[in-house]
Amino acid sequence: MISDREGRGGGSDGEGGGHEGAEHPSTVEVFLTDEPLESLDALRRVGTTADGATLTFEGRVRDLNEGRRVARLTYEAYREMAEKELRQICEEAATRFEVAEIVAAHRIGILELGEVSVSISVAAPHRAPCYEASRYVIEELKRRLPIWKHEEYTDGTASWVGAPEPPVGAGPGRPNERPRERQK
Amino acid sequence: MSGSREYDLPLPAGSRVADLVASLRAIPGLELPEHPVVAVNQEYAELDRRLESGDEVALIPPVAGG
Repeated sequence: MISDREGRGGGSDGEGGGHEGAEHPSTVEVFLTDEPLESLDALRRVGTTADGATLTFEGRVRDLNEGRRVARLTYEAYREMAEKELRQICEEAATRFEVAEIVAAHRIGILELGEVSVSISVAAPHRAPCYEASRYVIEELKRRLPIWKHEEYTDGTASWVGAPEPPVGAGPGRPNERPRERQK
Repeated sequence: MSGSREYDLPLPAGSRVADLVASLRAIPGLELPEHPVVAVNQEYAELDRRLESGDEVALIPPVAGG
């Protein structure tokens, strides 16, 4: 199994990306990996004693998509760009909201029902920015990350999610206006 | 989808992304969306972005991550 993690020692986790006037810089760390996110320690170790709030979001594989029973799914990614874009999104969140740390991870490869496909952990002195930053990151990554989902259904059919619809509008920041975006 | 196809496309200096897309449309059998979403060197880019030698340009199908 190949893991594409960028760990703390690798020099590639972003320090800085803090917002104007911050008294301490915020830290951003992102992972794109085919290993289970359930065992990614970085997601569980966010925050210091300066942080009164931590929050972890997990997106999981659901058994139903638009009326079709899902058997499993596969995520494919344009890896270099997905990491770059995920880090960019987290740095935007760290700039807009007063948070100390954001760790975001997306799994690629084959996932079974119930497995965690995406996870975002945020630490901040106060809870309001935690909620806001967490929401911002998940909404932006669903719009922007160059990752594609192949769903296999229990009836033996399969499809690439979103494939038949051409993108509406183009350009950075708005690459994928999907008319039937579903909230998890 | 599943994997990707790569092309090496010679273009005049100062070409824009739109010119590259036009070159791709001229390839027989290659179907492109009417409004392709494009990335240059792993960042989203507009169609009027000027390209430089060695740039990696990717056409991004509708995404479905998260």
